[in-house]
Amino acid sequence: MDKLLEVKDLRISAYNDDAVEIPIVKGVNFDIYKGQVVALIGESGSGKTTISLASLAYTKPGLEIVGGEILLKGEDVLKASPLRQRELRGASVAYLAQSAAATFNPAITIGEQVTESAVLHGVLTQEQATKRAEALYHALELPNPDRIGYRYPHQVSGGQLQRLMAAMALCGKPDLMVLDEPTTALDVTTQIEVLKAFKKVIREEDAAAIYVTHDLAVVAQIADHIVVLYGGEVMEQGTADQIINHPTHAYTRRLMDAVRPTPEAGQGSDVGEEHFREIPAVTVNRMTAGYGRKPNGEPAVTVLRDINVNVKNGHVVGVIGESGCGKSTLARVMAGLLPPSKGELKLDGNGLNGDMSDRSLEELQKIQFVFQMADTALNPKQEIGEIIGRPLEFYHGLTGKEKHQKVVEILEMVELTPEFVSRYPMELSGGQKQRINLARSLAANPEVMLCDEVTSALDSIVGANVIKLLTALRDKTGVSFVFISHDLSTVSSFADEIVVLYAGRVVEQGPTDEVLTPPFHPYTRLLISSVPEMRLGWLEETMNKREMAVGISKGVEITAVGCPFFNRCPVAIAGTCDTKTAPARELNDGHQISCHLTIDQLEQSEAHAAAQVAKMQNEPTSPSAA
Amino acid sequence: MTEEIVNEMPKGEEIVAEIDKFDELPDAPPKRRIKLTWLGKLSVVIVVFWVVIAFIGPWIAPFHEMDIEGDDSFLDAYDNFYLGTDHLGRDTFSRILWGARMTIGISLAATLLAYCMGITLGIAAAVKGGWFDMIVSRLNDAVLALPSIMLGLIAIAAFGSSIPILITIAAIIYASSVFRIARALGQDIMVQDFVEAAKARGEGIWWIIRAEVLPNAAMPLATDFGLRLVFVVLFISSLSFLGLGVQPPQADWGSMVRENLQGLSYKSYAAIWPAFAIASFTIAINLIVDDVSAKSGGSLAKKMV
Amino acid sequence: MMTQMVLRRIGIGFVTLLVVSLIVFMGTSILPGDVAQIILGQSATEETLAVLRAELGLDQPGYVRYFSWLGNMVSGDLGTSKAGGASISSLIDSRLGNTMKMAGLVALISIPFSVSLGLYAAMHPGTWLDRSVTFMTLSTISVPEFFIATLLVLILAVELHWLPSTAYLSGNESGVQLLKALAMPILTLVIVVSAQMIRMTRAGILNVMSSPYIEMAILKGVPRRRIILRHALLNAIGPIVNVIALNLAYLVSGVVIVETIFAYPGLAKLMIDGVQTRDLPLVQACAMIFCGTYVILILIADVASILANPRLRHPK
Repeated sequence: MDKLLEVKDLRISAYNDDAVEIPIVKGVNFDIYKGQVVALIGESGSGKTTISLASLAYTKPGLEIVGGEILLKGEDVLKASPLRQRELRGASVAYLAQSAAATFNPAITIGEQVTESAVLHGVLTQEQATKRAEALYHALELPNPDRIGYRYPHQVSGGQLQRLMAAMALCGKPDLMVLDEPTTALDVTTQIEVLKAFKKVIREEDAAAIYVTHDLAVVAQIADHIVVLYGGEVMEQGTADQIINHPTHAYTRRLMDAVRPTPEAGQGSDVGEEHFREIPAVTVNRMTAGYGRKPNGEPAVTVLRDINVNVKNGHVVGVIGESGCGKSTLARVMAGLLPPSKGELKLDGNGLNGDMSDRSLEELQKIQFVFQMADTALNPKQEIGEIIGRPLEFYHGLTGKEKHQKVVEILEMVELTPEFVSRYPMELSGGQKQRINLARSLAANPEVMLCDEVTSALDSIVGANVIKLLTALRDKTGVSFVFISHDLSTVSSFADEIVVLYAGRVVEQGPTDEVLTPPFHPYTRLLISSVPEMRLGWLEETMNKREMAVGISKGVEITAVGCPFFNRCPVAIAGTCDTKTAPARELNDGHQISCHLTIDQLEQSEAHAAAQVAKMQNEPTSPSAA
Repeated sequence: MTEEIVNEMPKGEEIVAEIDKFDELPDAPPKRRIKLTWLGKLSVVIVVFWVVIAFIGPWIAPFHEMDIEGDDSFLDAYDNFYLGTDHLGRDTFSRILWGARMTIGISLAATLLAYCMGITLGIAAAVKGGWFDMIVSRLNDAVLALPSIMLGLIAIAAFGSSIPILITIAAIIYASSVFRIARALGQDIMVQDFVEAAKARGEGIWWIIRAEVLPNAAMPLATDFGLRLVFVVLFISSLSFLGLGVQPPQADWGSMVRENLQGLSYKSYAAIWPAFAIASFTIAINLIVDDVSAKSGGSLAKKMV
Repeated sequence: MMTQMVLRRIGIGFVTLLVVSLIVFMGTSILPGDVAQIILGQSATEETLAVLRAELGLDQPGYVRYFSWLGNMVSGDLGTSKAGGASISSLIDSRLGNTMKMAGLVALISIPFSVSLGLYAAMHPGTWLDRSVTFMTLSTISVPEFFIATLLVLILAVELHWLPSTAYLSGNESGVQLLKALAMPILTLVIVVSAQMIRMTRAGILNVMSSPYIEMAILKGVPRRRIILRHALLNAIGPIVNVIALNLAYLVSGVVIVETIFAYPGLAKLMIDGVQTRDLPLVQACAMIFCGTYVILILIADVASILANPRLRHPK
């Protein structure tokens, strides 16, 4: 095989205000052969994006390449003239950014942007480029491939834009593609679809690629060769099989440990008896809520419909669903931030006012809301001592020495040292900020903590540590958690009970083990099979499954009548599912599935699907055939 | 390559110890501190100089602002008339020192008053919202929809000109822009998660304003104060220049330019010096504001080939 | 959607104009100052005052006077000057033409000049040219208009004798004379207005230039010229049109100072004279013309930015 790209002793530095050099990339070596996908994997701060951009002879403003060489087909791109570098960009090396929504120019049609680079560099004529773009739209399975080029970026969906960006990169037939976390911002269901499209075109075009990500499970699906980075240095590199199945370096193992196992029964944590009480901490009864207000008192946009949820003492209730399903809205209703338009709330068995301003101080103290982004949830102008001290003072009247002592105690609970008292949020790392965010709610000494996607913005290792911390806190204090996440594997490894929300309705709920064993609601099934597994070949297997074929490419739509999952459901009954609200079918032990199919029918369809998969695994089929 | 790593790998317990070495990497370093360029530092000196003069000017001036002590009008510098004499034969240097108090004093008073009104109403509108916000904002839009000099002319046509009226007019006119900025800032901060967190805790409105909103609005409002002060200085000077602001014989930089304009044809610089005084003060403030709010704009543009 | 927004904005413009007329009317006629007293002077008797008040409609309640004033305004009857007794329309007529002539020439020169200079500075940030443009424009917007005017008079008229220091028009100048007379006020206004426009154009482009899609264009190997002219300008066109309209509106206040300093027989000079003699109907009429122009220009600025938004131009 031919060597396409050689990175030799690459060193990149940043310079701060006082012109002091801060090394970001410290002597990195790796090679890329023709037709190969090399993954750069690491946490934030590992320098993976910086390295990948250097292959286009580009650095973000403020950074500078200080040493090493990058040979593209033998030519050192770092030493090339600016004009030559411009020629290489787009023509020889193409870049795909993390957020397609921001990287498409809002004022130019998609078609012009996709073909621009190929035409400018003289690779193709405008006519040829347009034709090739259309072929690529076909290959990437985009809707209306002959017309999508005439549309503007804001007129198509996020998942589609991400694939259009792949078309943009491929249009000029580059030797190398650089993909920078191209699926990180997407929902799991959309992620698979985009991954599949990428993999297919990379193979068909025989292109080489650098794939930058922090997600090992994704890497396992797409990479041939893996480079593990930490702090701007290579920790370990080898073939995908080597790294995934036989990691040797300590850091790689640590990354692997942080990957949560594929959701299945038996993972949920067990609750001890010591914090048990007869009355649930929080109850939500037949609740409907939304935003805005129509003259008849109903919300202008109804987000949640007819929700029943029980949060038992000392339990963790996981709320799961794609974005737009109303997960955060549910937490906001419980916190009293959004009064429901119908239904009732209870705290410890007593009625609880839907509007926060009508709740007593004690009620407010017992339910604490933890915001998703610690970056924005902590006031940048307050010291950590003030941030954690305020609830102590506000709810419990602590001041002076007493308050300080308690603050230190709480810092210890979240595994931080007393020095943090006098620091500002800006001086903390992402994980530390999230701990402070949790500590502030803990300081109130609550009965229920509502955690809204608290691990989503964190790297895998840091996120795993936060989950460990939450479990320890639950065991120690008996506080209940409502844990909202779009990541089923996180929820299933931590929650006692799971509530599956789809388009504002509970489609399935029950103890974690029950929810994760068949029979499933068809949506739960889709979610479970969409979570990438950290093994080679998973993507191909999954794409051949039946539920993928039907529902995956469609978005969440809130409907007033019928089952909202109707248009994505592989077993939907036309005429019934789209017109009547699905009945809640009780299984055992509080396990409930809302579906028009009976439990027997659901079980049958599970068996049928399993048989189909087994059959397919026996017949060797082309992985890209859908 | 891989073989080497395998050989280097520690085994068993060593790995456990090894794992703890990989701490979470710190986030990006904190945002840059405010660092003044040499131009900015010079500007600070100039602004401080004029503010001090505004306080002590009358005591250190060689002559009284109204005394006609010179030998003739429109004379060049001589003896202890360091900048010559004006159209009545008064000492230009002394009048500039006296005028600092008038020009800077009136502007500062008007800007402070504008800030008191603008911030109170602006933050209140942002926090309260609803009909209160509606009414105040609409009224404010109407005031903003008029060129400030026109509002000044209309008001002076109606009330005549005196120092308290000048201060009030300028304060009301510029309170409308302060209101707009304070309201926008307040609204931005009010939707931040940390304010939502305070609300969810059950905090009262005053605590939220004092502890959450104001500390975060302070810096942008301080920079805006500088800009606003410049506008007020220009406004007051322009009115004085039109003969509708500070009335003679009191010294004010704007009216000094007007009075001595005819002197230009005799090559007298009596009109130029006060104009320079205004320019040095306002340019210096703007340079400081520019330094403080310097954005890294254009760093991407430098990457274009 | 877009049509709705534009119509809505125009509607708001109308309401603003009404509120402005109310402010102008209240500011100048309801508060103090008895027009009858001003006309007849201190020696007038109560009876004659009362007769004149009735004649002028001053004995009627405020809102009646406001609506009849507004009605007259709209139908083009601007009333009569209280000082000279002449019809205001005739007073304004020639003056308005003079002011328009000057403002038009200023716009004609300054718009292309400042937009291209602003663009050029944005294309080459950090170069000496960019930095000197930034410093010069910052200094210019920091100083009063009369400072620029005074400086120009000192240099061009007093020291170099190139141009006359006043712009008085007798009405029968030759073309060259007219140009020479107008040169100073126009130069002053061009400098003042351009400084703002250059700064805002540069800032508008640089603001767009920090977007991720510009970085993407660089990474696609798009040449500088095309990045600016196609990728950046298409997105900055709204802000730039906005800047132009806002600065033409700014001419309104610039004109007041410049006409005074050069004794140019324009509308603003007429208005200042009116303020000094407390000729309220005249001030009202002039203020309405200035404020109306200002409101309309700002309205154009806002509509332009609505029209330039691709999200609104190409709805889903």
